[in-house]
Amino acid sequence: MAQPQVDTSHARAHSQPGWPDLIHAIFKRSGIRQVGYVPDTGHARLISLCQADNEITDVVLTSEAEGAGLVLGAALGGQRAALLMQSSGVGNCINTFSLLRNCAVPCVILVTMRGEFADFNPWQVPMGSITEPTLKLCGFLTYRIEREEDIEDIVAAGCKMAFGGGNFQVAILLSQRMVDRSKPEGH
Amino acid sequence: MMDRRPFVAALLADRGDLLVVTGIGSSTYDVAACGDHPLNFYLWSAMGTTAMVGLGLALARPDRRVAVITGDGDILMGMGSLATIGVKQPDNLSVVCLDNRHYSATGMQPSHTAAGIDLAGTAESCRFKRVERVSAVDSAAAMRGLLHTGQGPIFIHAKVEADDQKRIIPSRDGTAIKQRFMQASMKQV
Repeated sequence: MAQPQVDTSHARAHSQPGWPDLIHAIFKRSGIRQVGYVPDTGHARLISLCQADNEITDVVLTSEAEGAGLVLGAALGGQRAALLMQSSGVGNCINTFSLLRNCAVPCVILVTMRGEFADFNPWQVPMGSITEPTLKLCGFLTYRIEREEDIEDIVAAGCKMAFGGGNFQVAILLSQRMVDRSKPEGH
Repeated sequence: MMDRRPFVAALLADRGDLLVVTGIGSSTYDVAACGDHPLNFYLWSAMGTTAMVGLGLALARPDRRVAVITGDGDILMGMGSLATIGVKQPDNLSVVCLDNRHYSATGMQPSHTAAGIDLAGTAESCRFKRVERVSAVDSAAAMRGLLHTGQGPIFIHAKVEADDQKRIIPSRDGTAIKQRFMQASMKQV
């Protein structure tokens, strides 16, 4: 068996501006006022930007399954909301997504993909490999981003699809290959 | 131990502009039995999420009071959300747990609270500002006062009889009750 590895590089992670800053700016333009998340390395900088933003209420969740309830509650109070999660979190949400469909609640979910590109942890593969079809089955419009150059166009388009009057649920998958380039070693 | 219907009716007496979110099953029927109301939002799916709907609403509407009325099964299924509420400390949110220690919708099987799991203690450990344990209908007037003016987050643990009540069924049209709720709550801003 391999020896356990010690990694402390996350302490210096995500101090550089990059694609999370573009997403944060689109959230602002789209009028998103609540952001729910479970802590995640790939979303770390975007989470920090939302936490530091006085116009966005950030809500840290114990499970992604809490997120759909939060989004519905925000909508009932007249606020737009987004969720940030890993692909594993999508599986935790399936039944709760019914709220968004039944009540026609617009929502944007950004999903950092695991288990699809040289993932250190093979146990991420079963959920990662069914994340996009699962979202489609749950009624989401899905988009996939492979390159940072596409962040602006696709995230903005996704927010328009959700909040432009159709009250759709939109999921934007951020490929592991792209996200991993901005992660510290070992994550 | 008390009957749930008169307790809920007294909680919602003269409710004014109180926003009410109910969990799937008996608590929805209890609230509907008090009379349908445009400021009621009834959940018909996603058991375990009712408190989170209350949180999202309370954060979006700091100018209004929000009451979640739900059962022990719903709270047990989403116990982490009590911790999430504890982190955010919404001062306008109350969670009322009608604890009959059973799943009445599926045939009265015992829930975890029947074995002594203490949801009021859970709320205390999740940093709810105020936790009340009540088991008599005459407590309802004071609890009603908390819903309207108490400093939240508040958790009211109400021990109620485990009996099967008549099912009073409100609308199951999610988009209709959402639109109605939003229109009724926005115009009073």
